[in-house]
Amino acid sequence: MKTSTKILFLLPLIIFSNTVLASQYVFKSGHASLQKWILPPVPYPEDNKPNQARIDLGKMLFFDPRLSGDGNMSCATCHNPMFGWSDGLPTGKGFKSQVLGRASPTVINTAYAGILMWDGRKRSLEDQALGPLEAKVEMHADFDQLISFLKSNEGYIKAFKTAYPNLPIGKESLAKAIASYERTIISNNSPFDRWVKGDKKALSKKEINGFKVFVDPNKGNCVVCHQAPNFTDDGFHNIGLKSFANSNPDLGRYAHRPVRILKGAFKTPTLRDIKSSAPYFHDGSAETLAAVVDHYVTGGEVKSNLSPNMKSLTLSKKEKEALVAFMEALSSPATPVTLPILPL
Amino acid sequence: MKQLLSLFFLFAGAFAFAETIDVYQKDKQFVVKGNTIKNKGTPDITIKQGDVVRFYNDDEFFHNVFSLSDAKLFDLGSYPKGEYREIEFDQKGVVEIECAIHPNMFMSIEVK
Repeated sequence: MKTSTKILFLLPLIIFSNTVLASQYVFKSGHASLQKWILPPVPYPEDNKPNQARIDLGKMLFFDPRLSGDGNMSCATCHNPMFGWSDGLPTGKGFKSQVLGRASPTVINTAYAGILMWDGRKRSLEDQALGPLEAKVEMHADFDQLISFLKSNEGYIKAFKTAYPNLPIGKESLAKAIASYERTIISNNSPFDRWVKGDKKALSKKEINGFKVFVDPNKGNCVVCHQAPNFTDDGFHNIGLKSFANSNPDLGRYAHRPVRILKGAFKTPTLRDIKSSAPYFHDGSAETLAAVVDHYVTGGEVKSNLSPNMKSLTLSKKEKEALVAFMEALSSPATPVTLPILPL
Repeated sequence: MKQLLSLFFLFAGAFAFAETIDVYQKDKQFVVKGNTIKNKGTPDITIKQGDVVRFYNDDEFFHNVFSLSDAKLFDLGSYPKGEYREIEFDQKGVVEIECAIHPNMFMSIEVK
């Protein structure tokens, strides 16, 4: 069968299946059809089961600027709890304040991520934790000096011994501790979560309408990539941002998997707590969630190598506002973050 | 004439052994004969040289199928639910197969 004939033949089937997808939900709080949006318990690797000592050590390391080459940047510089565990900048600022190429992604719910970084070059939080430390353009750490410092500091010696009694102070224990702390940065108690679990009053009518737009393939079609339960497919898509038309564009995932569709493709971010981590997209080009929605309505500004999941949308002003209201309802209540006292 | 007939049966015999194996992409995982591929580090299925594998998309969104393995370098592109792409494995070796869009989807095929 010729491909064109096949597509024509399958078109009614595809439309039908999309209809099924849209109607598989019953938009009533607590309904069984919504339960796939509930996040499971936080997963962790077998060789790094979290405990309080590991989390406490990880927290100290996460907030300690002495880990960086110049002694002035910590993980929290770019992953700041005051900015939704990002930095509020279009793209990050690294060593000597140089402007980096991509936005600092939030740490929220990265515990659930099957693959990390905008280009997916890291497979676990343990693996990821060392990346920015080692990067010359980011924290610019000298690991020999860094490990010597930790090994000479009474407070850290004690904390490492309690957290990882069978490991020396080194890259492995450092990464494991930071990852253990990051696994505590979780958003799973948003109004949307409470509505899914049965609290009728947790979402307004407008927010529920936004969820309807979100999952409807003929409306927002957002769920095609921002899937349950963490609002991501752990996948990579070129969403047609203007920056892809630059003379030397960031090719994203393609640098690691040279497959055509991945040229200019970046990882689908979670939308949980999305309200707190503006600006949006890997290049920080959208200042507000409304601007994000407007981008998707166009179906992508640059159409070359566009993700096949992208299509232009027909949304009324009311539907767009409802969609933004829904995304804002994905934020868990703000909990104060207490800073650790670092051992001198 | 006899020689021609023998040649015909020889080729027909060779092709009769080539099989078509169906692989499904369902819930962002590869599924073969109803079993979800678990990625245990060993080849997930074994096929014969010359066999054809059909990759069906059984999810509501687009999937891709590609391999960067020396034994078979290919990119079947991206396609929606209900469609399939097929490819013949004409060289022996282990072929690692992924979905470019969803990198947690992985399977390996040993071609013998």
